[in-house]
Amino acid sequence: MKNIYPLTVIASSFLIAFGAPAMADEDAKLVVNGEIEMVTETAAPSHLEALDTIYSGWTFRTDETQALQMDDFDNPAFVFVDQAMDAWEKVEGSAEKSCSACHGDVMESMKGVRAVYPKWNEEAGEVRTLVTQINACRTEQMGAEPWGYTSGTMAAMEALISVPSRGMPVDVAIDGPAQSMWAKGKELYYTRFGQLELSCANCHENNYGNMIRADHLSQGQVNGFPVYRLKNTKLNTAHARFKGCVRDTRAETFNPGSEEFIALELYVASRGNGLSVEAPSVRN
Amino acid sequence: MKTLNLAAAAAFGLIATMATADGVVAPADVVYEDGAVEQSLTGAPGNPANGPDIMNKGAGNCIACHEVSALADLPFQGTVGPSLDGAGSRWSEAQLRGIVANAKEMFYESMMPSFYKTSGYIRPGDEFTGKAGSEPLPPMLSAEEIEDVVAFLMTMKDE
Ligand code: HEC
Ligand code: HEC
Repeated sequence: MKNIYPLTVIASSFLIAFGAPAMADEDAKLVVNGEIEMVTETAAPSHLEALDTIYSGWTFRTDETQALQMDDFDNPAFVFVDQAMDAWEKVEGSAEKSCSACHGDVMESMKGVRAVYPKWNEEAGEVRTLVTQINACRTEQMGAEPWGYTSGTMAAMEALISVPSRGMPVDVAIDGPAQSMWAKGKELYYTRFGQLELSCANCHENNYGNMIRADHLSQGQVNGFPVYRLKNTKLNTAHARFKGCVRDTRAETFNPGSEEFIALELYVASRGNGLSVEAPSVRN
Repeated sequence: MKTLNLAAAAAFGLIATMATADGVVAPADVVYEDGAVEQSLTGAPGNPANGPDIMNKGAGNCIACHEVSALADLPFQGTVGPSLDGAGSRWSEAQLRGIVANAKEMFYESMMPSFYKTSGYIRPGDEFTGKAGSEPLPPMLSAEEIEDVVAFLMTMKDE
C-alpha cells in the first residue's frame, strides 16, 4: 500500500508536500461473511493511465464503517435486499409475470450480471445500466410500470441482483459499440463543472486520500453501489451520488437516468475494472 | 460609471485596475499582473478580524481544503491545498489578493476555486441547489470579504 498519497495537485506551478492521512488501516482486508474475499486494491486497468492502483471506497472508511460490511447480519442494506426478494417473486403488470417467472432463482440466474453492467444491448441499440435493464423488463416483458430511477424499490432490486456477483471482478466492456458512450463519459469525468470549476478527477483522481472538510476522499469507485449510507439510512444509487457530487460544485446537475449519467456510470465503472463487486456496501 | 472610467483610462493611458465611484472594483475589471492584484478591491484596507469567519463556514470555506494552525480550534481542516501557515511571509499582499480573487491566474489550472469571478462557467448552478444559475453569478466572496481575508493572511507570518 504505497503510493496512496495523492499525486501532485494538477499542474501545480510549484511542488507542495502533502501531509495527508492515508487509510485508516492500510492492511485491512475485506472478507464478507468469513468467505467472500474482496479485492479492494489492485492494478489500475490499462485504459486508466493516470493511476497505478485502484482502491475500493471501502478502503477509505473508518474501522467501524468497514466492519459493518463484513457480515450481512450487520450490513443494514440487507433489510432492503429482503424486501427486493419479495418484489422478485411478485406478479405484476398485464403479462401477469414476476421476475422469477422468467429468471427463476435470482442467486443462480443473476450471477455475474452486476459485474458487467453498464453494458451494450444489441437489440435495443443502447448502453443499459442495471436500472434501465430492470425497467425494460418491467415495461416490455411484464407490462408493468417502470420504477423511479433512484427510487428505494429500484435501489433494493439493484442490491439484490448484485448479491450473487459479490467477489467477482468488475469487468465492464468499453470497446465495440459501447466505445462512444464510454468516451462521452470520460469527457464528462474530466470536465470542470460549476462555479467551483471542479471535475470528478479533481477530487477523485488528484486528491483521493486527502481530506476535504470532514470527508476522506476516495477514488469515487462504483463497485459498491448501491450503497447503504449511515447518513441517510437508505440505499443510494450511483446516479444519486453523481448528482450530489455535481451539485456540490455549484453546477446545474444532470438527472439520474440521463444519457450523460449513463455514460458517466459506464466510464466510472470501467475505472474499477478488477475490483470486486461489493454491492450492497456500507458508507458513512 | 464603468464607461466613464474606461474613457478616463483610455485618455490617460492607464492600465491599472478600475474602481467604481464607491471604490469597489467589479470582478470583470480586476487587472492581474503575474497573478497579483496591486489595488485594493474596495479602495480600503481589509479587517483581519473578519478573516477567520469567512475562511470557516463563511462564504470562503477555505479550510475545507487548507490547514491553518492559527485556527486550530476549527475542526475538519482539509489537506487538498497546502497549509496556509506563513502565507503572509511567502507572498506579498498583491499576490495574496490575486490568489484569493482568482487563483488560476497564479497557479495554472489550479483546483482552487476563483472567488471573485462571475462568468465563463460550464453549467453554472444556482449555489448548491443543483438548479441552473444565470451568469453573471454573484462572486463567491465580495470585495470586502476578499480584502478581509487578505488582511488576515498577511498576519500569518513565519515565526
Ligand atoms: C468537491 C469534491 C468532489 C467532486 C468534484 C466530486 N466528488 Fe464524488 N465524492 C466527494 C466526496 C467528499 C465523497 C464522499 C467520500 C468519498 O467516498 O470519496 C464522494 C463520493 C463519491 C462516490 C462514492 C464512492 C463510494 O465508494 O461510496 C462516487 C461514486 C463519486 N463520488 C463519484 C463522483 C463523480 C463521478 C464525480 C463527477 C461527476 C464526482 N464524484 C465529483 C467529493 C467530490
Ligand atoms: C477546493 C480547494 C480549495 C479551496 C476551497 C481554497 N483553496 Fe487555496 N489552494 C488550493 C490549492 C490546491 C492550492 C495550491 C496551488 C495550486 O493549485 O498549485 C491553493 C493555494 C493557496 C494559496 C497559496 C499557497 C501558499 O503557498 O500559501 C493561498 C494563500 C490560498 N490558497 C488561500 C486560500 C483562501 C484564502 C481560500 C478561501 C477564500 C482558499 N485558498 C480556498 C485549494 C483550495
